[in-house]
Amino acid sequence: MFDEKELEKIKQHKDKWLKDIYSNHVKKHPERKKKFENLSWNEIKNIYTPDDIAHLDYIKDIGFPGEYPFLRGIHPTKYRGRLWTFRQFSGFGSAEETNKRYKYLLDHGETGLSVAFDYPTLYGYDTDHKMSRGEFGKCGVAISSLEDMEILFSGIPIDKVTTSMTINGPAAIVWAFYIANAENRKIDRRIIGGTIQNDILKEYIAQKSFIFPPEPSMRLIVDTFEFGYKEVPKWNTISISGYHIREAGSTAVQELAFTVGDGVEYVKWAMKRGLKIDDFAPRLSFFFNAHNDFFEEIAKYRAARRIWAKELKRLGAKKSRSLLMRFHTQTAGCSLTAQQPEINISRVTIQALAAVLGGTQSLHTNSMDEALALPSEKAVRIALRTQQIIAHESGVTDTVDPLGGSYYIEWLTDKMEEETYQYWDKVDKLGGVLPAIEKGFYQREIANAAYKYQKEIEEKKQIVVGVNDYQMDEPVEIPILQMDEKGEERQINRLKKLRKERNNQKVEKNLSALRKAAMGDENLMPYILDCVHSYATLGETCQVLRDVFGEYKEPAIY
Amino acid sequence: MERKIRVLIAKPGLDGHDRGAKVVARALRDAGMEVIYTGLHQTADMVVETAIQEDVDVIGLSLLSGAHMTLFVDVTKLLKQRGMQDVLVVGGGIIPEQDAPKLKKAGVSGIFGPGTHCDEIVNFIKKNVKR
Repeated sequence: MFDEKELEKIKQHKDKWLKDIYSNHVKKHPERKKKFENLSWNEIKNIYTPDDIAHLDYIKDIGFPGEYPFLRGIHPTKYRGRLWTFRQFSGFGSAEETNKRYKYLLDHGETGLSVAFDYPTLYGYDTDHKMSRGEFGKCGVAISSLEDMEILFSGIPIDKVTTSMTINGPAAIVWAFYIANAENRKIDRRIIGGTIQNDILKEYIAQKSFIFPPEPSMRLIVDTFEFGYKEVPKWNTISISGYHIREAGSTAVQELAFTVGDGVEYVKWAMKRGLKIDDFAPRLSFFFNAHNDFFEEIAKYRAARRIWAKELKRLGAKKSRSLLMRFHTQTAGCSLTAQQPEINISRVTIQALAAVLGGTQSLHTNSMDEALALPSEKAVRIALRTQQIIAHESGVTDTVDPLGGSYYIEWLTDKMEEETYQYWDKVDKLGGVLPAIEKGFYQREIANAAYKYQKEIEEKKQIVVGVNDYQMDEPVEIPILQMDEKGEERQINRLKKLRKERNNQKVEKNLSALRKAAMGDENLMPYILDCVHSYATLGETCQVLRDVFGEYKEPAIY
Repeated sequence: MERKIRVLIAKPGLDGHDRGAKVVARALRDAGMEVIYTGLHQTADMVVETAIQEDVDVIGLSLLSGAHMTLFVDVTKLLKQRGMQDVLVVGGGIIPEQDAPKLKKAGVSGIFGPGTHCDEIVNFIKKNVKR
């Protein structure tokens, strides 16, 4: 990337500087640590200079935003054109309560919605199922039928605002609720926009809200890809997620390698079905974590864009749009402390800034009280304001990829890409992504990293402010969100009434049509839509698929 | 030779957050205890049944979904019914401070929230194990 003579001059100067200035200085004033490492345990040097990135070709490897390999961004104008979407992941209790919270957030300048579902919903159980015990509305909102979905979005302009839904095992059914609700409101399915997470591979790897075994799960996902580009063309039919892999304890490099690797796996499955890559690839989207190590996070997003563009090209994509990695980011929940919770605002600010400097399309900033409970209104408002400050006050949005060309950032970006390919080689040797899951490869890698990190905290090799240093002994003074205690009862009564009053003959007919189709190889989306339109519940519809596909049980290893 | 303390680490309910459970399981193992991990999605019946089968001295419950007031208490109630009060029960996860005294009253002797050092859990178990 540099003129050879010039580079030689710099190298010589650097050697001299290291010998004369740096070493002498360190003799008198030693550095704080013998070895500096980032959160992936990569050693970081004292300084980076042109010779660290001399092997890169500017046009080919770095380039310009909006141009292959999209390292510097997928849009030519980036945030000078449009800011990222302020999208707070939110949901608790009943559909009524969460609907109120959405309106509150939209009133305060949020620009996109993101639904958190409770555990029964994530596992495809209705609120009154025995496995739902104790979980109603705890981790998100309970949605058992189209009727709940109608309440959740009542009064919200779903023809204008986009909605992301964190749902995986039963994603096809919950998406059908959303589409059916739009249709009942006379909104064309072709104009609604949003995302379903629908990423089952990372469920087996990390988040663990799987229902069916891998093969039928992958079939359902390809069904949604196909139905999506044909019928709901503005919808992102998957959000391939590293977030949960990271939360489960992985390093940034593992997050990058496993997530983009999962993305390639989905493309292969869809192509195997006979879908054309340029038809479905533009609707694939991603979701990353923003953890504490500022530069490593930025390098991670940049590397992800370049690897994805390269790989999609390799897989035969011709359209530029197919090569674009669009991603949502959420700050790291696992980095928040229950101790001195207010200081989490500072952590979130640094993490959010990394996401923005890394070029995210959409962002969730965590609330300060999330290590204690679901966020209160005030806490979530401060989190949203943090994004607004970065967007409007910090000036970082004025130019595209402001850290591009930094010797350190470009070196680290390249290094993370290299390590990603090393991980992929390991996965290939195990027989591919599914065999690696079944052999517990990812799970073990993540558990090892999580344990190592925890030990380093306990040995004070890693400082967590307020936890193993700078502690205070004071009561936590954060108001905790209180939920409507009548919510569960109301929801169960609504379900009972629904099951009594709907046209049950029609429900039965639609459920058995779905059962028959599931045993064959047709696309299941139209059948699922018929079921939910007739107000078959989530649990009933999912049970049909459980009967046909079976359930996945993971090996209990630690 | 002294019998090792036997611990069952259990994930009741639907919660899939297993990072903490796995880290604690390893730490207890490294501290010389015998650790059995149930895996995910356990009902109270399953937890207690495994505790009997494995003849454990301690049950460690982990839950981050917020359902601890129901699911932890289900386990301690069942232990009482089975006359197994000599099994030490501890719990961890996202547990608001005001819930801790209620859980203790229900028989969850130690509550460990975010930021807890594994040593603290090891010492608590060693000090309080009843059998």
